[in-house]
Amino acid sequence: MRVTVKYFALLKDITCKSSEFVETEAATVDELYHELNQKYNFPISSDIIRFALNDEYVKGDTPLSCGNTIVFISPIAGG
Amino acid sequence: MFEVVNTPLDEHIKLKNFSHPKVGAKVTFEGIIRDYNEGEDVESLEFEVYDELATKEGTKITEEAKEKFNLRDVYCVHRVGHLFITDIAVIVIATAGHRQVAFDGCRYVIDELKKRVPIWKKEHYKEKKAEWLKGHVPEV
Repeated sequence: MRVTVKYFALLKDITCKSSEFVETEAATVDELYHELNQKYNFPISSDIIRFALNDEYVKGDTPLSCGNTIVFISPIAGG
Repeated sequence: MFEVVNTPLDEHIKLKNFSHPKVGAKVTFEGIIRDYNEGEDVESLEFEVYDELATKEGTKITEEAKEKFNLRDVYCVHRVGHLFITDIAVIVIATAGHRQVAFDGCRYVIDELKKRVPIWKKEHYKEKKAEWLKGHVPEV
């Protein structure tokens, strides 16, 4: 299936992309993170990554569907 | 109400009016860029936002505060982009009939914003390479 992944902050710097289309067989958002981590070697432990799917926070075991937009959220620091 | 802008907040806030006959207290919090953090000399901060989710989450927080503390009005604006020392990064304004709930509501909004709103900051230092700060891990 094809999904869109958007990157922000540190992850954008690592990938040198603000977004990309990804062809994946990952069943969940967490599996997708691990799949892309093999490619990019993100310098963030997976236990502190959070996920957004279609602009809502979701848990890591949330199923993926074709056309979804996913954001991996590294620790935040607003304010 | 919550919003994200990329222009100076002191000018932005002048356009807002929070007066109301039933308001007896108005509490304002301003988060300001300072020139140090954890022993390092800071020159500037770069803020980046995941706009769609930040607006949703920030709006939820201001609505929660309004209900929880019985506020007359609550407003939060965060600036993004490259900010320099003494620039204002965030403003929270809470109004109510009495001061205690206005203080509590204002504090609730800034505390929850730091824990939940997807905004990141990169610190630029005098003596070393810039880096993204490791802040809060949102609870989901």
